[in-house]
Amino acid sequence: MQVTLNVKRYDPEAADPTACFEEFRIEAESHFTVLDGLIKVREEVDPSLAVRCSCRASICGSCAMRVNGHAALACKTKLSTSLHDGAVSVEPMGNQRVVKDLVTDASLFWGKIRAVEPFLQPKGPEPEEEYIASNDAMLNLITPMGCIMCGACVSDCTVLEVDKNFLGPAALAKAYRFVGDPRDEADADRLSTLNEYGGAWDCTRCYECVQVCPKGVAPMDRIMELREAIQRAGLPSTIGSRHVDSFARSVARSGWLDETLLAVESWGKFNVPKLMASAPVGIRALVRGKLPKGGPLHHKRPGAKNVERIFRRLEHAPSTLAAVASKSGSAHD
Amino acid sequence: MKYAFYPGCVARGGTPELYDSTIAVAAKLGIELDEIVGAACTGAGVLQEKGLKLGDTLNARTFALAERMGLTTILTICSTCQGVMSQANHRLLNDAAYLAEINEELKPEGLEYTGRVVVKHLVWVLVEEVGLDTLRPLVVNPLPSLKVAPFYGCYILRPSWALGLDENPGREFYLERIIEACGAEPVNFPGRTKCCGFPILLINEANSTAMVGNHTASAKEHGADAMVTPCPLCHLNLDGYQPKAAAQRGEKIGLPILHLPQLLGLAFGISPKELGLQKHIVSAKPVLEKASVRA
Repeated sequence: MQVTLNVKRYDPEAADPTACFEEFRIEAESHFTVLDGLIKVREEVDPSLAVRCSCRASICGSCAMRVNGHAALACKTKLSTSLHDGAVSVEPMGNQRVVKDLVTDASLFWGKIRAVEPFLQPKGPEPEEEYIASNDAMLNLITPMGCIMCGACVSDCTVLEVDKNFLGPAALAKAYRFVGDPRDEADADRLSTLNEYGGAWDCTRCYECVQVCPKGVAPMDRIMELREAIQRAGLPSTIGSRHVDSFARSVARSGWLDETLLAVESWGKFNVPKLMASAPVGIRALVRGKLPKGGPLHHKRPGAKNVERIFRRLEHAPSTLAAVASKSGSAHD
Repeated sequence: MKYAFYPGCVARGGTPELYDSTIAVAAKLGIELDEIVGAACTGAGVLQEKGLKLGDTLNARTFALAERMGLTTILTICSTCQGVMSQANHRLLNDAAYLAEINEELKPEGLEYTGRVVVKHLVWVLVEEVGLDTLRPLVVNPLPSLKVAPFYGCYILRPSWALGLDENPGREFYLERIIEACGAEPVNFPGRTKCCGFPILLINEANSTAMVGNHTASAKEHGADAMVTPCPLCHLNLDGYQPKAAAQRGEKIGLPILHLPQLLGLAFGISPKELGLQKHIVSAKPVLEKASVRA
C-alpha cells in the first residue's frame, strides 16, 4: 500500500534550522510498523533522516516519538492502523530538546530518574546471603518494574510542559518502585522529598502518561498511591495533603463538595496573603451571580448519613502499597 | 428518553449556569432528567488518593440508587464525573469478587449494585442516542460566523479503555460534530485534548494558570471566537482564572468559555439569560454579537 509519512525534520546544522514537516511517500507492507516505514525512508529515500532505534520489539525503549500527536513506541505502532487519509504524522517526543529530526536529548529524563535515587537502600547489617523478598510483597511492583525508560510519559506530561522542575511520571513511578520494595528502608526520606514542591502533589492527574505508556506502568496511578503513602506516613501537612483531607471531610459530612471551604482549608485558614490574593476571583464570581443551587450555605445532601457511614468504614482501610510498604517480609524481619 | 441525572458537585456549586442550561436544552430535546436523589460526590479523583475502595463504594452506591429508580443509564454533565464513574464501573464489572465486597458495604442501606448501569455524558447521549439528525432541526439560530474551539478535558478521553473510546473512536470528535450541527465552525488547536490544570489549581496555581493561558491564547491564535467544554471543572479554570492567566502572560486573552449546553441553547434560540451566559467571568458578549442574539 502507498502511505505518506509526514515527518517533522530539524537539522541544527542547517542554514535555517527551523523544524518543519517533510512528506515522504513509500510503498509499505501491511505488517509494517511506523518504525519500519521510517527505516524504509532512511534506507531508500533520505539517508540523512535521524531516527533512534535498536531492538524493534518494544523492549529497548529507544524509538519513542509522537505518532499522530501522541507519544508511542514506533516499533509497537502499526502503520496501517495509524493512517488518516493514507497519512501518518511523526514528530520527536515533547518536553525534551530535539537533537536532530526524531532524536531527542535524554538528559532531562535521566536527570529526573537519578533524582529519586533509583537503587535499593537497605539499613542494618548486610545479610550473609542475598536480600530476600517474598513473592507476595513484590507483586505490587510488577507494573512499575516493567518500565523500559522510553520517555513516552515524560514526552506527553502536561505539567512538564509548563514546569521543568516537576519530577515527572517516569521518575515518580520509579520512586514508587522503591518505596514499595520490602528490602528498601529509605521510605521516610523518599516520601519526605516527594512531599515537596515538584514531587507527587504537582501531578495534575491528566492521565496522559497512563494513556501513552507502552508497558502498562500507569505512572499516574503510581503517583496517586505515593500520595496515599505520604498521607499515611504522618509527614508534615502540605497544601496537597490538606486538599485531600478537606475534600474528604466535606464529602463525609455533607455528601458533596464544599468548594469554598476546600480552598480555605487547603491553603490554611490563617494564610491571609493567599486568601487575600484569591479574594478577587471569589468576588467576581459572586458579582456575576454564581450562587450554588440551593443557596450560598453548604448544606447536607439527602443520604449524607449513609455517605458518612461509608467514610467511617473505608477512609482508613489498608491499601495495597501501604501494606507492602509496611515492610512485612523484609530480609531483616 | 429518560435518564438518571447526575449533575455533579460543581454544576450545583461553582457553575450553576451549567445546571440551568442543561435543564433548558434537555426540555427542547425531549430528554427527561430524573435526578438521583442522595447520590454522593464521585470523589473527582481526589478521594481516590485515600484509596480506591472508598471512591468505588461511593460510586457503586450511586449506581445502585439509579438501578433502584428503574433506570440503567446515568446521564452526567461533568467530564470528571464521567471519567471517575467510568473507571469505577470498569473495576466493579471486571471483578465479581470486588463487586461483592463493595456490595457488602451498601447492605446497611438496603442497596445492591447488580452491574447494569452505563454512565454517559450529555455529549455522548446527544450523538449516540438523541442523534444529530434529531438535533439539527431544532437549530433555529444557526451560528455560521462563530468559530468554536472544542476543549474536551482529560477525564472524558483518558484512559481510553475505560471510556469506551476503543469501541466508539468517534467520541474523540463529538464536540466538533455538535459545533457543526449548531452551524458553527470547529477550530483545531494543540490544547484540545490537554489538561486545563484545574486539579492542581489550589496546589500549584502558577502551573495551573500557565495551562489556562497556553490553551486559551493558543485557541485564540488559531482563530477561535469562543471555546466550548463538556467539563465544569475546566470551565471554572478556563473562565475563572483566565484574567490571572492573561496577567501572568502580560497579554490580553478575552476568550469566552461556553458550557456545551449553552452553545446548543444559543443555536436552539434559548435566551442568553436562561442559559446563564451573564454569569461568566470572561464576558460572553462577543459570542452573542456573533450569534446575533441580544443579551
